Amino acid sequence: MTSAVLLQAFWLVFDPYVLLVILCSAMFGLFVGCIPGLSATMATALLVPITFFMPPVPAIAAIVTATAMAIFSGDIPGALLRIPGTPASAAYTDEAYQMTLKGQAEVALGAGLVFSAIGGLFGTLVMVMFSPSLAEIALKFSSFEYFWLVILGLAGAVFIGNASVLKACITLLLGLLIACIGLENPAGMPRFTFGMNELMSGVELIPMMVGMFAVSELLRYITNTDPSPIIATEKIGNIFAGMWDLLKKYRWPLVRGSALGTIIGIQPGSGADMASWLSYAMSKKFSKEPEKFGTGHVEGIVESGAANNSSLAGAWIPAIVFGIPGDSITAIAIGVLYLKNMNPGPMIFVNNPENIYAIFLVFILANIIMVPLGWLTVRLATKILRVPRNILMPIILIFCIVGSFSINNSVWGVTLILFFGLLSFLLEENGFPVAPAILGVVLGTMMEENFVTSMIKSDGDPLVFFTRPIAMWLAAGTFIILLWPVATWAWGKLRSPTLAA
Amino acid sequence: MKFNDTLVGAALLALALTILQTVQQYPVIPGQNIGPGAFPGLLAVLLAVCAVLLIIKGLKAKEREAWIKMGGWVKSWFHMRNFLITVACLLFYIFMSDKLGFLICATLILAVMFKALEVRTKLIFPIALVTSFVIHFIFYKGLRVPLPWGILMPLQW
Repeated sequence: MTSAVLLQAFWLVFDPYVLLVILCSAMFGLFVGCIPGLSATMATALLVPITFFMPPVPAIAAIVTATAMAIFSGDIPGALLRIPGTPASAAYTDEAYQMTLKGQAEVALGAGLVFSAIGGLFGTLVMVMFSPSLAEIALKFSSFEYFWLVILGLAGAVFIGNASVLKACITLLLGLLIACIGLENPAGMPRFTFGMNELMSGVELIPMMVGMFAVSELLRYITNTDPSPIIATEKIGNIFAGMWDLLKKYRWPLVRGSALGTIIGIQPGSGADMASWLSYAMSKKFSKEPEKFGTGHVEGIVESGAANNSSLAGAWIPAIVFGIPGDSITAIAIGVLYLKNMNPGPMIFVNNPENIYAIFLVFILANIIMVPLGWLTVRLATKILRVPRNILMPIILIFCIVGSFSINNSVWGVTLILFFGLLSFLLEENGFPVAPAILGVVLGTMMEENFVTSMIKSDGDPLVFFTRPIAMWLAAGTFIILLWPVATWAWGKLRSPTLAA
Repeated sequence: MKFNDTLVGAALLALALTILQTVQQYPVIPGQNIGPGAFPGLLAVLLAVCAVLLIIKGLKAKEREAWIKMGGWVKSWFHMRNFLITVACLLFYIFMSDKLGFLICATLILAVMFKALEVRTKLIFPIALVTSFVIHFIFYKGLRVPLPWGILMPLQW
C-alpha cells in the first residue's frame, strides 16, 4: 500500500510539467530573494495568483521551491551589500559582510548555500518521519482539541516574536475580526458586509496577501530614504572550496541549528526569521570561540543558515497535519490548499496520501537542486544586484494588479490590495507586526467553528474545554505560553528590585 | 508616519465599540445560547481591552511623543510624491480599467511610475509598452484571465 502510494507520488512529481514549474519557481525564488527589499513572503504572495491556475501538486511545489530558494539567496545581498535579502538572513548579515570585507565572500556564501541545503533536508526528514504518526493522533481530535490547537498557534504568533506583545495581540484580533466578515460562519448570517455584495463571501485571502506582503513592500521601497548601497566585492571565488572541512569541523553546530530551526518552525507563529536569530545567539553561546562572532566568523552562518531553511520544512508539519500555519508563508500555502479543495488536516493523509508524499518529494528535490542553482545565482549575483529596481518595482505593481484581478476577474481584488497594502504599510510604520494578522485571518473561521460547535455540544458550559484529556494538555500548553512572559517579568522584578528602581 | 500610541489606542477603542454595538443587533438563534454575534463580540471585547492598555502605555511613556511623527519620507517631497503616485496609480486602475482596458492602463501606470522613479526618459515608453504586452500575453493567452479590453475592444485578438 505505502509503496504504491509512494510510486504514485513519484509520478505526480516527476511529471515534465511539474518539473518545469519547480525549475521556474526555483529561479524566481532565487531572483526575488537576491533583490534586497523583496522577501520570501513576497515571492510567495506574487506566486499565489499564478498557482491559482495549476493543479494542487505543482501549485504547492511552486511555493515550496520558491521559498526555500528565496531564504537561501537572501544571504547574497547580505554578504555583498550588508542588506539582508530576506528578514531570515538578517541575523548573520553583519557577519557575512565582515567576511566579504576580509576577502572571504565565497566562504560566507558557500556556507550559506551548503548548510541551507543540509538544514532544509534535515527539516524535511523530520517532517517525513513525524507527520503521518501525528496525523493518526490528530484523527482522534474533536472540536475541543482543535479549538485549543488554534489558540496555541495564535498564542505562539503573539508571544514568540520580536515585536511588542500588546501590538501583536491587536493585529491578531484585527485579523480574526477580518475573518468574521461575510456569510461563512456557523449561523450563516452576513456580518460586517456594509451592504456590499463583494463582502458576502468574506475577504478573499489572495488579494489580501498580495496587498499585505507585496504592495506594502513596494510602498516601503518607494518611501525608503536610505541611499542606495554599494557592492562590496566583484570577485567571488569557488564557493564550494573548503566546505567539506567546514562540514567536519562544525557538524554539531549544524545539527543543533537544524534541530532548533525545525522546532521553531513547528511552533506555530514563528518562522525562519526567529529560527535564524535564535540559533545565531545559541551558536555564539555554545561556541568555543565566541569572541570571534561579529568579526567575520563562519560558525554562526553555518548554524543559523541551516536553521532558517530547516524551519521552513518544520512549519509545514502543523500546516499539513492540523491546518494550522507555522508562519506567514505556510499561512499563504494553506490558503492555496483550501482553494484547491485539498483541505489540510489529518484526513488528507487518509484521502490523498499521494499528494502528501508528493509534497515531501518536492521538499527533497528543492533542497537538492538548490545547490547547483544557488551556485549559478552566486556567479550571477553582482549582475542581479544591478537590476534597476526603479524598473522592477513598477512591473511588480502591475503583476499585483493582474494577480488580484484574476482571482474573481473583477477590480474588487485590486481594491483589496490597495486597502490592505496601505493598512499593512501603516501598521508596520507604527511597530505593529503583520504576521499575526494573517494567521488570524487564516485561522479565524476554524477557530469560530470549533468554538461554537464545542459550546453547543456542551450546552454553553465552558468547563468542557478542560475536561477531555488531550484538550487539557493543550490547554495547559497554551497557558504556559500565555503566562511565560508574565512569569519571566515577575521573576526579573523579584530578583533585581534594586536594578528596576 | 508614526502615530502616538494613545491616538492609535483611541481609534481601536472606537472600532471595538462600534463592532460591539453592531453585534448587539444580530438576531439570537432560538434554543441556543450562542448566536452569530458571540464570537465577534468576544473579539471586540478583547480588542477594547488591548486598546485601553495601549492608551495607558501611550500616556505613561516617559517622553511625551508627538501625536503624529512624520517619517523621513513624508518630509522628502520626492518620496512623498512617489507614495501618492503609487496610490493614485492603483485608484486609476480600479476606476478606469473597464473603460480604457488593461493595455492602456498598464502602459500609463508603468510610464508614470518609471518617470516618477527617474528611469531614463528614452527608455520609459518602450519598456512600459513591451512589459504591458508581455504581461497581457501571459495572463490573457496563457492563463485565460479575461483582462478588460476597454476602448481597444475592436482590436481584440
